[in-house]
Amino acid sequence: MLSRVAESTYWMARYIERAENIARFIDVSLNMSLDAPLAFSDQWQPLVSITGSIEDYQSRYDDVNRDSVIQFLALDPENPSSILSCLRTARENARSIREVISADTWEQVNRFYLMVSSPNAPRRVKESPGTFFADVRRYSQLIAGVADATASHDEAWHFMQLGRLLERADNTSRLLDVKYFLLLPSVEEVGGAVDEMEWSILLRSATALAMYRRKFGQITPENVVDFLLLEPEFPRSILFCLEHAEESVHAITGTPSGGFRNPVERQLGHLRSELAFSQVHDIIGEGLHEFLDTFQRHLNRIGDAISETFFGWQPASSAVPASAGGHE
Amino acid sequence: MLPTGAKVARRICSKGPGQVEFRSHVTPCLFSRNRAETFTHYGNLVIAAPVLRALLRLSVLLQGYDTGGWYDEVFDTNGRPRPEAEMLLNIIGSQPDGEFERLQETANAALINLGITFNVYSDGAGVERVLPFDIFPRVVKEEEWERIERGLIQRIFALNLFLQDVYNEGKILRDGIVPEELVLSAPSYREACRGLTPPRGIWCHITGTDLVRDGDGRFYVLEDNLRCPSGVSYVLENRHLMKQTFPDLFASSLVRSVDDYPGKLLSLLNYIAPRPDHIRAGVLTPGLYNSAYFEHSYLAQQMGIELVEGRDLVVDDDALFMRTTRGLERVDVLYRRIDDDFLDPEVFREDSMLGVPGLMRAYSKGRLGLANAPGTGVADDKVIYAFVPEIIRYYMGEDPILDNVPTYVCWREDDLKYVLEHMSELVVKPANESGGYGLLVGPHATKKELEDFARRVKANPRNYIAQPTLALSRAPVIVGDHLEGRHVDLRPYILYGRDLYVLPGGLTRVALKKGSLVVNSSQGGGSKDTWVVSAGAR
Repeated sequence: MLSRVAESTYWMARYIERAENIARFIDVSLNMSLDAPLAFSDQWQPLVSITGSIEDYQSRYDDVNRDSVIQFLALDPENPSSILSCLRTARENARSIREVISADTWEQVNRFYLMVSSPNAPRRVKESPGTFFADVRRYSQLIAGVADATASHDEAWHFMQLGRLLERADNTSRLLDVKYFLLLPSVEEVGGAVDEMEWSILLRSATALAMYRRKFGQITPENVVDFLLLEPEFPRSILFCLEHAEESVHAITGTPSGGFRNPVERQLGHLRSELAFSQVHDIIGEGLHEFLDTFQRHLNRIGDAISETFFGWQPASSAVPASAGGHE
Repeated sequence: MLPTGAKVARRICSKGPGQVEFRSHVTPCLFSRNRAETFTHYGNLVIAAPVLRALLRLSVLLQGYDTGGWYDEVFDTNGRPRPEAEMLLNIIGSQPDGEFERLQETANAALINLGITFNVYSDGAGVERVLPFDIFPRVVKEEEWERIERGLIQRIFALNLFLQDVYNEGKILRDGIVPEELVLSAPSYREACRGLTPPRGIWCHITGTDLVRDGDGRFYVLEDNLRCPSGVSYVLENRHLMKQTFPDLFASSLVRSVDDYPGKLLSLLNYIAPRPDHIRAGVLTPGLYNSAYFEHSYLAQQMGIELVEGRDLVVDDDALFMRTTRGLERVDVLYRRIDDDFLDPEVFREDSMLGVPGLMRAYSKGRLGLANAPGTGVADDKVIYAFVPEIIRYYMGEDPILDNVPTYVCWREDDLKYVLEHMSELVVKPANESGGYGLLVGPHATKKELEDFARRVKANPRNYIAQPTLALSRAPVIVGDHLEGRHVDLRPYILYGRDLYVLPGGLTRVALKKGSLVVNSSQGGGSKDTWVVSAGAR
């Protein structure tokens, strides 16, 4: 398939997944702040930090409070990683590959963008943030489902999978990191009723609570980290994402599994097997935050390798005369 | 004593609201087959309740409808429905209360959700608009359509011979039928195409000819668009919307289908590919911000071929390739939606970022098929247009089936004099613009605009033509809760491959602004579905 189309497919999926995850970040914080308003009051700043945009925030907002942070993360058109900006980019990408993704997929992406950019979105975010962010999650899931059921599972579909899974792995690691900011770095110091509630909110924001309960029952921080990092059967766990991303890469290249023929396959295989042979106790012992930080750096390098391996063309200048095409 | 409803019915049947009389189209469906229906007795007429309801609804929709002395596509000069429109009025009248207006809203919402949009240049890049769609269809009767079809085939066949001739032997120029000076001075004449014969000898593969119906009820050719005519995607999408809106109607298959257009276009592209097997075709688009981007992507999707941009393509060893995730792959044929000027910076505009360096080399060596062929613009130059009837006579030895609009060519001294003296009565057009840009509508122009335009025409007479202001026909459109007449034109699409094919109906464009004669989408125009139906179908 065309390199440009592959790239747009990949980024469309990544940005939709990113929008969904920002909604999840906000949701987990909102719930925590409702349950423990006083303890939580100074926890909005880490939420901005986690999305990597604290400098941008501080340059344009006076202080850190619930409404401003939510506005910034959800609907600020100038914040390139707001839900609105993610969807604008996702839709632009989708629009440039309409002929490749199914008509149904395009329609849902378009509707998703129209919902978030609608004039009454700011009011909804303010008055009923819970339902708004639930809608964001639902649309993202709907698009994945529609694409799964209506488009051929060909190269384009695998690029979509690749984008979605890598973004999700990245975001699950950030979601865990939020928790790291909110709670204490040492496992031994945590425990007690309030804490269990907060960990359960974290699980719920990854739609993982019920699945977690079935596996572990009782909530302990170590098991929660284990579940979100290393559970091979839960679709939002990092290991799951990496395993399936690797499958898609091999489907794209035709390289037999277990081997590698390019940097993407080598790096992704390496990271996946490292994780597959890790134990949660060691990870926490050596520092969860440090572990997640290193993981995110590896993931970024895989992203770069994907660009070089599959999308390797020089982008044309943007100075394109708009009227150049025939428009009789 | 008669019930109130019957009194209303009497009023409708005898006189009708405004100028419209309903008797003629009501009679065929006066008797309901359903015995359980309530009947209303009026004199010796028995009116079934649904019919009565239909009458009442139509009377509300058509309250105050006035053909205003224009040729109306639905009602004749006496306000009676034309036979081919009766079926349509019956269907609309049989919708439940408020349903027709609601269907219009549903259609509008669908256009937004489906992202069926075009970009508007004057509003800055990236501004998308929906092309407004009016669900009241435009009906063309079959006999009339057959004449149009024959006329278009004749015209395109002749124009193709003209293109082959002017770029090769130049017989028509030597014989003095079309002045050589006019052809060579046309900005769309391509020196690079001299001596070329495209694959299968076809130049104009896809044409969108603009027709208008004047006050006399006859169709005239207003413009030939032989370069990159757009709009066919709206024909297909409009029909799709209409099928969802009025499913029963299409089930009876009285309306001729447009669904096979993408299939015909694909086989045309395969027909002109240089290699017979493993043909890889693509639609070449200028990109996301082009006004017709939706159409480019829609057609690529419908045909199942690649949508490519210039940056996806590279010419190597005089053949065209595209950059894929697995390296370079050969491309055999392009439906290009980029103007000649931008196609190949080695041959045409050097500063083009949209085209592909070397594309013309691959084309002239016969390793690439291009639709349309570069150089076709010379045949739709508006000055050359004035000579098309002669061109048809010259090559075909027969009279044109479809007439031109009378045209003054300012290049001729007598014509120039007449145009300058009568500018306020004429429509003056630049020879090489499209999309309704840069033209002057004399009767609507201010004194200053007239003076400015006269100066421009005098400075470059070759570049201008003038035509009488036409009384464009009107058709009803939905305005709020009722119907009003608006001016329309018609753009049928013609494909020239193994044989010539005319898409039944085409795009009806409608000037939605009250009183406006400009139907272009860039200037407040909308569209309607166009039905070719046999007269009296109901």
